[in-house]
Amino acid sequence: MQKELWKGNEAIAEAAVRAGCRAYFGYPITPQNEIPEYMSVRMPEAGGVFVQAESEIAAINMVYGAAAAGVRAMTSSSSPGISLKQEGISYLIGAELPAVIVNMMRGGPGLGTIQAGQADYFQATRSPGHGDGRMIVLAPSGIQEAADLVAEAFDLADTYRNPVMILADGMIGQMMEPIVWHKRAPKALPPKDWAALGREGAGNTHFVTSLRLQSSANEVFNQQLMGKYQLITAEEVRWETHECDDAEVIIVAYGTTARICQSAARKLKQEGIKVGIFRPISLWPYPYEALRELAKQASVKSVLTVEMSLGQMIEDVRLAVCGLKPTPFYGRTGGMIPETEQVSEKVRQLLQEVKS
Amino acid sequence: MSQIVYKRSPGLQDVETHYCPGCHHGIVHKLIAEVLTELDLLDTTVGVCPVGCSVLAGNYINCDFIEAAHGRAPAVATGVKRTHPELPVFTYQGDGDLASIGAAEIVHAAMRGERFTTIFINNAIYGMTGGQMAPTTLEGQKSTTSQSGRDRNVHGLPVRMAEMLSTLDGMAYAERVCVADIPSLNKAKRAIKKAFTLQMKGIGFTFIEVLSTCPTNWGMSPVEAGKWVKSTMSQYYPLGIVKDTEVTA
Amino acid sequence: MRGKVTFNLDRCKGCGLCVSVCPKEILWLNEKVTNIKGYHPSGILDQSKCIACGNCAKICPDSVITVERLDEEK
Repeated sequence: MQKELWKGNEAIAEAAVRAGCRAYFGYPITPQNEIPEYMSVRMPEAGGVFVQAESEIAAINMVYGAAAAGVRAMTSSSSPGISLKQEGISYLIGAELPAVIVNMMRGGPGLGTIQAGQADYFQATRSPGHGDGRMIVLAPSGIQEAADLVAEAFDLADTYRNPVMILADGMIGQMMEPIVWHKRAPKALPPKDWAALGREGAGNTHFVTSLRLQSSANEVFNQQLMGKYQLITAEEVRWETHECDDAEVIIVAYGTTARICQSAARKLKQEGIKVGIFRPISLWPYPYEALRELAKQASVKSVLTVEMSLGQMIEDVRLAVCGLKPTPFYGRTGGMIPETEQVSEKVRQLLQEVKS
Repeated sequence: MSQIVYKRSPGLQDVETHYCPGCHHGIVHKLIAEVLTELDLLDTTVGVCPVGCSVLAGNYINCDFIEAAHGRAPAVATGVKRTHPELPVFTYQGDGDLASIGAAEIVHAAMRGERFTTIFINNAIYGMTGGQMAPTTLEGQKSTTSQSGRDRNVHGLPVRMAEMLSTLDGMAYAERVCVADIPSLNKAKRAIKKAFTLQMKGIGFTFIEVLSTCPTNWGMSPVEAGKWVKSTMSQYYPLGIVKDTEVTA
Repeated sequence: MRGKVTFNLDRCKGCGLCVSVCPKEILWLNEKVTNIKGYHPSGILDQSKCIACGNCAKICPDSVITVERLDEEK
């Protein structure tokens, strides 16, 4: 297969089209603008629908409409725009509609900055919208993985009838890397007989809705959601490890931050310090068990979390490690990017503390 | 032998509605049901009902429905109609939904000339939530959030949506009607039928504003409320065709 | 020409709109009856005066009225 140089945002858009996405609704916001720009040309080419909506709110509701009519639909935005979409995401969850949402994160809060950030971790993994709903969250750390995860996201969305988020930081969107377009065997997916495409005879109408005015019925629905989430948690956890066997320090990091930490680990290895990288790919469902197993290794003296935020995934790391080992944190935020040397220095410092 | 002059439309599901006695939602529902039946569109139509008293329209009208977030029905309908241009699509929205929280969505749907139909129920009040002031509440009209009457210096003056939206080129046909008496009801049905007919011809955005009653929150009997629509509401919201590009086209 | 008006009494909400549009003024909210919903449902005072215009049925928000036109038996 031939390698091609692609920019992250455009690769994500192309991957969606190749995955059968035929409806994209977007709105301009840095650092994801290339996605709507690319889709404005490519989607009509592919016989699909592109609309630049009047707002991120309108865009997510257009996705809701297309999804309710059985079409693979996607929207993308960046942090502030995702906040505007949260009600729509909750409606997608409540109506059990499949959709893919891309968040190209930038430094917050408020208008913040346009440089990369990871401070929307809680928002995506804990509360994608009001109510008990959850959302599968996939975090690529490179352009190849971003393209591959978009294709998976559409299958997961249709399999579980639930929105799926690609949670990447602005660098993933702006970087260019060589990638290959894998041929994906089409997955057997449940039919969309619930779609609102015209009734099936008098009185046999489809009513796509998240409204369940009777609380008892709404609780039953929520319990069904819990069943779905338990199944997803059991089936869809994804992570990756690098040289964790007999590592002294495990660094837990995702997205671009994980690559920075890998560079630090390579450098520290030359200094005789063994550092392993644990990289969650699914941020929800989180790979707790896998991380706990690593933390149990006798060689591991500390499990360091590195993020581009004030510390959010750290809470999941602590849930996984449960006090087995120290779980310190290092992060840069506001759009600042941690540097390899700063991460290495933190590791050296940790090991000093442990030894003394 | 006898002939049926009128019986319940097959375009309505055989259920009771939750609407208050005399509420004009029920009348507009049946007009839509009759029109869809007569145009033979029941099997393919997709309605979009957002938050408001009519959020349950999908239980009452005998075609497919999608429930939308408050104010977002035009966006949802855009998603449906753009991906399935062959399906008749309509939104059924109240004045809080369309003229307040959803003002941007309806303006941009009209601006883009989306090829769906909007039925806009203007009853000058928020019904479902118990009678608050709406963007269409008349000057001096009392509501639970304008308890001494709407005051132009505080609340501004009500918005005429049919006229406002008709300034947008994407608007192909806009008419304001009411269902407060039989002649008006007949006109309203013709307007709704024309809107769906134009939609099926692929002609741009079609918009029917229906001045309607809310007896419960207006504190009037259903019959008095109907009279108030004719005597007072229609003074501020003139009835009739606001825009018809077919005439000008 | 004579008409026959029938009501689905238990679905009537006693709103009175039908009464207000009957050109022959032969409908009323029957105070002698209370339906399952607790309303006085609509009723017809003099069927023979009904001209089968259908106004009552057209305006009924709950479509509880059916109107038939009876052909005059010679």
